[in-house]
Amino acid sequence: MSTSVPETGATAAQSAERRAVRTRWLLVSPAVVIIGCVGILPLSIILLYSLLEPAEYAGVVWTFSPEAWMGLVLERDIFDDTLGLSSAHLTIYTRSILQALFTTVLTLIFGFPTAYFIATRPAKERNIWLFLVTIPFWTNLLIRTFAIMLIVRDEGLVNHALINIGLIEKPLAILYTDVAVAIGLVYAYLPFMVLPLYASMEKLDFRLVEAGYDLYANRRRVLRRVIVPLVKPGVIAGCILVFIPSIGAYVTPRLLGGGKNMMLGNLIANQFGTSRNWPLGSAMALALMGLVMIALVIYVRNVTAAGQKSHG
Amino acid sequence: MSPDGKASQSGSAAVEAQRVTKIFGGGDDQVVALDDVSVQIGENEFFTLLGPSGCGKTTLLRLIAGFEHPTDGRILLGGEDISPLPPFQRPVNTVFQNYALFPHMTVGGNIGFGLEMLNKSKQEVDDAVTEMLRLVRMEELRNRRTSQLSGGQQQRVALARALAPKPRVLLLDEPLSALDLKLRKEMQIELKRLQNETGITFVFVTHDQEEALTMSDRIAVMKEGAILQIGAPRDIYDHPSDRFVAHFIGETNFLEAELLERKNGAAKVKFPSGAVLPASLPDAPISPGKVSVVVRPEHSRIATTKKDAVLSGTLENVVYFGTDTHFHFRLNDGAQFIVRMQNARDSGDDFTPGQELGIAVEADAVQVLRD
Ligand SMILES: Nc1ncnc2c1ncn2[C@@H]1O[C@H](COP(=O)(O)OP(=O)(O)OP(=O)(O)O)[C@@H](O)[C@H]1O
Ligand SMILES: [Mg+2]
Repeated sequence: MSTSVPETGATAAQSAERRAVRTRWLLVSPAVVIIGCVGILPLSIILLYSLLEPAEYAGVVWTFSPEAWMGLVLERDIFDDTLGLSSAHLTIYTRSILQALFTTVLTLIFGFPTAYFIATRPAKERNIWLFLVTIPFWTNLLIRTFAIMLIVRDEGLVNHALINIGLIEKPLAILYTDVAVAIGLVYAYLPFMVLPLYASMEKLDFRLVEAGYDLYANRRRVLRRVIVPLVKPGVIAGCILVFIPSIGAYVTPRLLGGGKNMMLGNLIANQFGTSRNWPLGSAMALALMGLVMIALVIYVRNVTAAGQKSHG
Repeated sequence: MSPDGKASQSGSAAVEAQRVTKIFGGGDDQVVALDDVSVQIGENEFFTLLGPSGCGKTTLLRLIAGFEHPTDGRILLGGEDISPLPPFQRPVNTVFQNYALFPHMTVGGNIGFGLEMLNKSKQEVDDAVTEMLRLVRMEELRNRRTSQLSGGQQQRVALARALAPKPRVLLLDEPLSALDLKLRKEMQIELKRLQNETGITFVFVTHDQEEALTMSDRIAVMKEGAILQIGAPRDIYDHPSDRFVAHFIGETNFLEAELLERKNGAAKVKFPSGAVLPASLPDAPISPGKVSVVVRPEHSRIATTKKDAVLSGTLENVVYFGTDTHFHFRLNDGAQFIVRMQNARDSGDDFTPGQELGIAVEADAVQVLRD
């Protein structure tokens, strides 16, 4: 008699818990399905393809081969079949990394003051500035890139202006060079730097900046010793948000770089197009993803470490 | 300008505001935060700016620190105009209301920051930090993160950080308002001690009149961007020159009276009852006739003889406070009057509400207000 009460209590609790678990699964199931269909499944296919042999006219042959992964940096000599470093690929990787680094640094240099400017406006004005920053997103990247082509081409705005003021006599060849690609990338990804920087600067307690000035730190030192350490998470987030898409950029190098100044994105696309090497393309895509993952892990580590420092 | 004791006599004040006006914004929504404010603060003085919220206390501090620039007027430091100097070139440090400690630095890092920015050697910085930590009694917490400190500890670090570079003037903007009562009392004593030990001029902002009275050498009472009265706590308390000052500081009784023609210096007022008492005058010129006067509750008592009674009224309420008792009167002309008397051992409840009683006022307790 006396034991029956806690027993029914326990079973009631158990069934309630089972129901809660079922509800939880029901709620996450749409997410699981979507992630499975558009994330894990295609990735598995890509992984599988990267381990097969290319078919002659696109597609894959179902025999295992590590060739594609070796092909990331190596190439077989056409004549004697010996392996050597693929200078073509390495050039493209190097260019991609340099372009991405350059873009990151330049967007940081332009983005930091911009974000600071916006964050120090009165609250009412800030939304207007943020709105202006996001206006480019309203137009397709392709169209914006064409617009840049028009501006930097030989008869374009820039050359026209430079010739008119007499700085140069012949138009500068900007279009279809690395410079044009760099301009395009910086332009395209600047908002991705400004927005996370702004987000962390908006949270910055400007009384700390005043405290810095009060304690004899001049502008440069306040920036270095107070502002930068406090907005570091935003700086890292902005750098990652710019670096990752710009290293794999496709449209910008394709249009502004012409055919000559390929970057990783174009190289991968080529494997599925003219080069007809799906396994190599798959391996490259996965390698790029791996790189991105490493960058993200470093970011998360950094931010949580910073968070622990300031909180607990 | 009011007579303000020692500062005006000594040649150069530590800090001086000369006819400073500060206007924020423009057009329709402009705010006059300070309106033609002049004040001299002496070397080694504990000077308090006291006033209700929005009266411009913080604005005056920020002008001295250099975070804002006066719309009109000048700020002098040791006799020199510091208007062109940015905050980081002024030998003035601030203890911010919310402390504003750097969250990404340790306690030691915070305290040493100012000296580091003054390009002192590492050894010097370390020694100064050690000294400051001893001064605020926090030696063990040198390597703590500031986020791991209690409110009182943060307060001490903020003080140590601002004192470490040995500024000529320390500005404190309501530094104690975030602390609970007990801690606040402790820190009041601590602050006084620090000021004595360092010999630095303190400009202290508060809206707590009790805090101002207990800590300050002199007090400036502010209202709506103007300084109403400057003086030692006793002066301000015993001789408020203005209705607002009298009201803002301590409890007081307002009465109507008539200022008589002066005969050989001493001013006298005549009450409606016919009683004539000597009175102190405010520093502003005032002409004979109807005036408002104040009498502090503790400067009055219930009259024992008919001759003593200056005022008379009905006792309405008796409130016992342990050390003393408040007697609330309704005077015959309808005004309220509070008498505060210390409780002697043997004083019983001789007085009961409803009684008609006379009220005596101590000599020199009547202060005439300027209007
Ligand atoms: N940056 C500013 N822009 C516009 N108005 C301001 C600014 N700073 C202060 N004010 C206005 O100036 C007046 C005085 O402000 P101040 O901060 O000096 O008051 P305070 O005496 O320190 O008040 P509190 O006790 O609430 O801190 C207020 O009316 C305030 O709204
Ligand atoms: Mg204030």
